[in-house]
Amino acid sequence: MKITPMEQFEIRPLVPLHIGHYDVSFTNQSLWMFIVVAAVGAFLTFASSKRALVPSRMQSMAEISYEFVANMINSSAGEAGLRFFPLVFTIFMFVLCANFFGLLPGSFTVTSQIAVTFALASLVILTVIVTGFLEHGIGFLKLFVPKAPLLLLFLLVPIEIISFLTRPISLSVRLFANMLAGHTMLKVFAFFVIALGGAGGLLAPLSIAPMFLIIAITALELLVAFLQAYVFAVLTCIYLNEALHLHDHH
Amino acid sequence: MDVAAAKMIGAGLACIALVGAGIGIGNVFGSYLSGALRNPGAAASQTTNLLLGFALCEATGLFGLVIALIILFT
Repeated sequence: MKITPMEQFEIRPLVPLHIGHYDVSFTNQSLWMFIVVAAVGAFLTFASSKRALVPSRMQSMAEISYEFVANMINSSAGEAGLRFFPLVFTIFMFVLCANFFGLLPGSFTVTSQIAVTFALASLVILTVIVTGFLEHGIGFLKLFVPKAPLLLLFLLVPIEIISFLTRPISLSVRLFANMLAGHTMLKVFAFFVIALGGAGGLLAPLSIAPMFLIIAITALELLVAFLQAYVFAVLTCIYLNEALHLHDHH
Repeated sequence: MDVAAAKMIGAGLACIALVGAGIGIGNVFGSYLSGALRNPGAAASQTTNLLLGFALCEATGLFGLVIALIILFT
């Protein structure tokens, strides 16, 4: 039996479609992105449709997620950051649901594709740059000049610029690599179970051990799925805070 | 040396990134725990920073994985 832990990340076209030289097929990737967006939309619409004074369970879940993100923005970017609530909330809910849906057996993990995470990260960084220039004009470039003696600035300014330019890469690779590593690990342990069970004899009962490990890893993956969505949203807030307030704290 | 063999060795060497990630994660949680035991009152307010630090540390190890994948599959 061939071990193929990377097969789960393969993008297959469901409805082949070509425009000119470009392949714009409707793939399993697009299908699961639609499912994620539809699930988030349906959940929030359904949960907030009644709007009772004493919230039902569904309404509480929607309210908790709203307050969670609002508090996160308020504590890391201040009052001014609340303008960006729709952006941060959308990104958080999308990444969170994509991560959780990816853990369902037989599903496809949208966030395990660098194309998706890099698109999200570049959206964040472009928002930061546009906001920074709108707020401070050309003074936004002061972000790259920390308070330091003149001689040190020759060293510090290039470092600041490089660290700013690597942000979209680190932001996207963090999410993508976490999802990729977690799901690969689950598949590798799943193959241990099959291989040990198929070996027969004394080895077959041993296949229970990796199975329990899979359960434990799945629990860890649930934590990681939430944590990575949270980290993505918090870092978005921190970057927005720098664009809004430059180096001084709010 | 054969290029395929060198690639395998290089991908294995990229796993050394896990040393740093391990030290980092241990440091994050160890420091949090020692701080939290000294001042339990302030512990709850620092869980955000704890999780942020954990995620940032863990990610550096995963960059090693990405390098290994780039070496293996390009």
